[in-house]
Amino acid sequence: MPTIRQIKRRITSVKSSAKITNALQLVAASKMRRAQDRATQARPYAEKLRVVLAGLAAQPGGDEEAAHPLLVNRPAKAVAVIHVTPNRGLCGGLNSNLNRSAVTFVADQKEPASVVAVGKKGRDFFTRARLNVVASFTELGDYPTQAETLGISRLVMDDFLAGTVDRVYISFAEFISTAVQRPVVRQLLPIEPPPAEEAGDMAGVRQDYLFEPSPAVVLERLLPRFIEMQIYEAVLESAASEQSARMVAMKNATDNALEIERELTLTYNKVRQEQITKELLDIVGGAAALEA
Amino acid sequence: MPLTVEIVTAEKVVRVEQGVEVLIAPGSEGQLAILPKHAALMTTLAPGPLVFRRGQSESEFVVMGGFMEVRNDRVTVLADAAEAAEEIDIARAEAARARAEERLRRIREQNVRDVDLARAQASLQRSLLRLQVAGRKRRPGPPRPGG
Repeated sequence: MPTIRQIKRRITSVKSSAKITNALQLVAASKMRRAQDRATQARPYAEKLRVVLAGLAAQPGGDEEAAHPLLVNRPAKAVAVIHVTPNRGLCGGLNSNLNRSAVTFVADQKEPASVVAVGKKGRDFFTRARLNVVASFTELGDYPTQAETLGISRLVMDDFLAGTVDRVYISFAEFISTAVQRPVVRQLLPIEPPPAEEAGDMAGVRQDYLFEPSPAVVLERLLPRFIEMQIYEAVLESAASEQSARMVAMKNATDNALEIERELTLTYNKVRQEQITKELLDIVGGAAALEA
Repeated sequence: MPLTVEIVTAEKVVRVEQGVEVLIAPGSEGQLAILPKHAALMTTLAPGPLVFRRGQSESEFVVMGGFMEVRNDRVTVLADAAEAAEEIDIARAEAARARAEERLRRIREQNVRDVDLARAQASLQRSLLRLQVAGRKRRPGPPRPGG
């Protein structure tokens, strides 16, 4: 049986843990809201780009544009994976789920794979696993801007165009809801244009629209933007996922701490009562002995 | 029916302007004036000023290249970056210009020829454009004729 003082000390410590996790939970909740807002704000641009691209790609024009280098599907000899993770921990199973999903994907590749790590947790994991980390970007904050992600796009597009890699994938945490984030791996390069159904009212654009300077030039300028936009979206989703995972993890931690505190308080009261009873018995026993 | 113009960047919807009578845009092949009932158009944009005109009043944006779609009196500008003239950070643009000029000077002196040259020139061009559009906005006087 622990002494009263020991129990008291544990109660204080559990209480202060609960205070900290509760504060972290509140911070994560407000950051999550902002991260989600940013993801929502990026959507109109992304949707428009997708629609235009679907419309343009649905009807290939002359030979010269069918051969746009970012669309070319070469036999794969080397692949690259952009692995987006948080910089920090304390977000439940998010980091280990992400790392597991990415490492499984890399292990499944028949070709040599290199990793572009975005975020410290993924970089550290792949470095420790002695896998080929060719670049890392760890300076993205809680609210990454598009400009900050352009370096990543530049790097993978240059590698792809130079023929260093033949496939580029991106692994990130898809934000499904506050409670659910799913690690996913998607192909970035070569670009697989969105299906024609997504073209909506852009279907048949080539007949209806004037293009300036020409459909081929518009497509050529559109494709790099498409890659940049997909990477930016992935980074935004990851940021929102990180904050919501942290919020949920910290909420659970707070609940657990409060539960432990309740149990400890119960024990504390019991021990205290027993001690008082014992002391009373001693006194009564002593008095009885004197009278006798 | 007047035009509805939407300026969108990768980060957010910058502005939705309704009731625009004339839109002057920096097309990559030269300036374009879009009037209501324009044919469906898809064009690339160069960095430059984007001007909305309604009767006598004008408002101006600076866009850094991108795309523009015109269809059924709806214009969507997908810009790489866009700012309203009155929101341009002049101090920042001045600093960017000084930096770019300094870099260009060093490149010329040391006679290095690489990507840096193109980058410095592009950034000089962007800062000058911002200053130009912002300066025009702030200068008092009657609205200028023409675009």
